[in-house]
Amino acid sequence: MDDLKRIIVCLKAAVDVSQLKVDPATRQLITAGAPKKISDFDKNALEEAVRIKEKLGGVEVFTLTISSEDAKAVLREALAIGADKAYFVNDPFVASIDTSGTAYVLAQAVKKIGEFDLILGGEASLDSFSGLVGSRLSELLGLPQMTSVRKLTVEGDALIAERALEDASETVRVKMPAVVTVTREINQPRIPSLMMIMKASKKEIVNWTLADLAVQKERITPKIEVIEVLAPKMERKKIIIKGETVQEIAEKLARALIQEGVVGR
Amino acid sequence: MSSVSEHKGILVFSEAYDLTLEMLGKGRELADNLHIELAAVLLGSNLQNKAEELVKCGADKVYTVENSALDNFQIEPCLSVLHGLVSGYRPEIVLIGSTRNGKPLAARLAERLNTGCVPDCIGLGVDESRRLVGERITYGGNAVAKVVFISKPQIATVPSRAFEKPSPQQRTGQILKSDVKIEPAKVEVVERKPLETSNVRIEDAENIVCCGRGLEKKDDIVMLEELAEILGGQVGCSRPLVEDRKWFTDWVGLSGHKVKPKLYMACGISGVIQHVAGIRDSKVIVAINKDPEAPIFEIADYGVVGNLYEVLPALREALKKQLQ
Repeated sequence: MDDLKRIIVCLKAAVDVSQLKVDPATRQLITAGAPKKISDFDKNALEEAVRIKEKLGGVEVFTLTISSEDAKAVLREALAIGADKAYFVNDPFVASIDTSGTAYVLAQAVKKIGEFDLILGGEASLDSFSGLVGSRLSELLGLPQMTSVRKLTVEGDALIAERALEDASETVRVKMPAVVTVTREINQPRIPSLMMIMKASKKEIVNWTLADLAVQKERITPKIEVIEVLAPKMERKKIIIKGETVQEIAEKLARALIQEGVVGR
Repeated sequence: MSSVSEHKGILVFSEAYDLTLEMLGKGRELADNLHIELAAVLLGSNLQNKAEELVKCGADKVYTVENSALDNFQIEPCLSVLHGLVSGYRPEIVLIGSTRNGKPLAARLAERLNTGCVPDCIGLGVDESRRLVGERITYGGNAVAKVVFISKPQIATVPSRAFEKPSPQQRTGQILKSDVKIEPAKVEVVERKPLETSNVRIEDAENIVCCGRGLEKKDDIVMLEELAEILGGQVGCSRPLVEDRKWFTDWVGLSGHKVKPKLYMACGISGVIQHVAGIRDSKVIVAINKDPEAPIFEIADYGVVGNLYEVLPALREALKKQLQ
């Protein structure tokens, strides 16, 4: 059996949610022009791939990104972190696709890349936080998958992973090829040095459109529709408890909590 | 994709039993609204008693697949059974528990059926065209999205504690033993260790005292524990204490544990949106922070501008006195 030779890391250029603003009058999110970055969890996936490459040697790390917009800055950062080559499916049509379409386009791109042993991705994306694409992709490719992975070890032609579940931790083993999605606990992604950034500028970015991947547009019509996105309403009392001394404040607060019926009987 | 009219009924599944009950409560409401049947699925061994309880909790039908290969969750066996049942029963709505195992299950079922999936619905309803409407938190807690389906079955996943557990009633329903083909697992489980927590899961805590960056030393958590003891609650922390300071392993927030206690006390927590999204369904929120401008005060019922090292011990004393 062959050992691990190539890893494909699926990377989303996600909206940097920490920089989003809300229009207080309409509660609408202002997403136009919001900066994008490598989705946090995907960055952990990339870091893990690069660590595997550094440990085993003779491993290629390719990244795969789909976007309707320019994502060159994200791809360059991924290359600086240590990916060898970036594949970029750049097509205006993908602006409208959902997780089903995304998984299909990824699957088509993976097939076009050809050989691989491991597909890595984040557990969910920073912005939409659906966490469905990795699983859909594994199903489309007919590959085994391991999700919620917080520790990953390569052992010959197999992968050993530790999964974090709600009430248990599970150690699982699978023969490659496989799809693995990781949590943020798996590692601390590196910040690329200036040298790495310079080196990355010489690495190849392969640009594809949906036509290059023989994707029929009917195949990726959305199956869900987002009808509203609004900042959540938080209707709270917002009572600031004041007093001369901390004891007085504490007594007022204690009384309020008992009256609310959340403390005591 | 199948045409819309052929699908009928609601099917509910989670490998987590409590979550199945919670989904039955909401499922019953949706089923009554749409005048359709509500069915649940149980997999594993010795299912009769549980099946009877599911009927009492609102199921019109319970499909049981008795097979020891299904005792412990593994995705391919479970997926093949669910796919078999959904293909035969043809529900218009499938609700799956949004656990770490349930979510990939739902995603792969949706892919196998070439249909849509809306994950982590904290609200579920039906629109005038009888379409399921799911509400979910998105953009890192900055927004709540309403999503509808264009395909059927409509698969939604439901997080734990989003809906109330129904109280059991005397009602009748059918328990149907099903025999579905089970695919073998592709992933080998080498070991499964229950989490070493002596306490109850924080999601199950009635009251939570949570600390953030305002906590100066790890050991000072004792102060929160003492307060939590009086409140009959548990202690938690925000993400920086895990990610930056590495003091603890679990945090409360959108990306960590989402909680919904009766009382949530945020002590020395500034209240970034991701944290707030994880606590927004708490009944009463108390904020204690030195910084009067901290955003946490905007989402709190009661706020105290002050040093948590003074306020918490004083509150403990005050509660002790008043609860006597």
